Amino acid sequence: MVELKTPLDDRAVAALSAGDRVLITGHLYTARDAAHERLVKALEAGQRLPFDLAGQIIYYVGPSPAKPGRVIGSAGPTTSGRMDPYTPALLERGLKGMIGKGSRSAAVREALKKYNAVYFAAVGGAAALITKCIVGCELVAYEDLGPEAIRRLRVERFPVVVINDARGGDLYEEGLRQYSQAGPA
Amino acid sequence: MREVDVSLVTAAVDKLCRSANEVLGEDVLQALRAALDSEESPAGREVIGQLLENARIAREEGEPMCQDTGLAVVFLEVGQEVRLVGGDIEAAVNEGVRRGYVGGFLRKSAVKDPLDRKNTGDNTPAIIHTRIVPGDRVRVVVAPKGGGAENMSALRMLTPADGRDGVKAFVVDVVRRAGPNPCPPVVVGVGLGGTFEKAALLAKEALLRPLGQHHPDPAVAALERDLLTEINRLGIGPQGFGGRVTALWVSVLTYACHIASLPVAVNVNCHAHRHAEAVV
Ligand code: SF4
Repeated sequence: MVELKTPLDDRAVAALSAGDRVLITGHLYTARDAAHERLVKALEAGQRLPFDLAGQIIYYVGPSPAKPGRVIGSAGPTTSGRMDPYTPALLERGLKGMIGKGSRSAAVREALKKYNAVYFAAVGGAAALITKCIVGCELVAYEDLGPEAIRRLRVERFPVVVINDARGGDLYEEGLRQYSQAGPA
Repeated sequence: MREVDVSLVTAAVDKLCRSANEVLGEDVLQALRAALDSEESPAGREVIGQLLENARIAREEGEPMCQDTGLAVVFLEVGQEVRLVGGDIEAAVNEGVRRGYVGGFLRKSAVKDPLDRKNTGDNTPAIIHTRIVPGDRVRVVVAPKGGGAENMSALRMLTPADGRDGVKAFVVDVVRRAGPNPCPPVVVGVGLGGTFEKAALLAKEALLRPLGQHHPDPAVAALERDLLTEINRLGIGPQGFGGRVTALWVSVLTYACHIASLPVAVNVNCHAHRHAEAVV
């Protein structure tokens, strides 16, 4: 088990390998489809982003609303592939990690190598459990997007697994290599 | 004729939206416990343990088991001896969804227009499937459906010559291509036969059958067994980390079809396999 603190530095990222189990403490920024579209539009228009990407981790999540007295509702990962078209531009600006579930495009995997960044998965659908590690939540931008707004989460020992490391390692491919008994597709 | 006030349907839908999202069925829990024994991969077993723990927390603390609390898919079976009074039945169902999702702190995941994509703010409209059946009761089933698994679903119009092998190859390929995206272990609903739209609806209805219960026709049951075996040879495993348990169950429903057709629809569902029902 690896313990990581945000913001991530290049050395810590380079030391991670596909399959590593990691506990993250610090801050995560939430963003999914609609927020990504706005972030990349802002970049293209040369505008400032609502937060500094350098060393940060984006968590692909649209939480359910918090019940009274709670920090946040259920907050598990959403499918990452939908964010693929926007991701290389964010990595180029210093984003160091993403948390989601499911496979990434070849372009994203290349960009991870190029910019020394990492893609983690959290357990999809274990939202009530994951939520226990979220101790703070504040709105950052795009409130009108409801569950898709950008929020800053404070997390303590938030459990993830490295899927794609910065050297081209891929846990999904390794898993298939090890366990597949089916013929080629 | 038995009169049923549609406000009773509203109340039922409200309750079912909440309970479906917070309480995982005993059949799914049992399938997960069995998977804990049969999974060889340590990472896979760890995931399944977390899913069981997640289900416990959701049930005990009244949190949704997954943040994607889905579009509300509502099946209504209306007895032909029932007269619905007190308002528009579809409006009544939508009012139930609104109350359940707003009052129950569930996520609102519905956009009004597929291209314009503005959130409706209350998770309406529901997807409503109504059937008229014998009797004087109204059966209401709420099956919240998340986007991650729904997006991996597919339908193909095979030809009769493709036969059983063609059906198997297509279903297994849908699950293979879905890979880690629909939060495996998954539950697979297959609709075989009918027309284009009938096959899709059969696949969705197949997901309502309790896990562990095969189709009563032995030939269809055998197809279900074969499909499950082949899918679990793929090696995708829990969360795609590699392993034996890619699917918990495969459920097939069939219907008559045209002499020229062999429609097959695959509706992929995740381990958050949610549905709840009530009779009014
Ligand atoms: S696929 Fe299912 S378990 Fe996974 S995030 Fe979507 S609704 Fe939740």
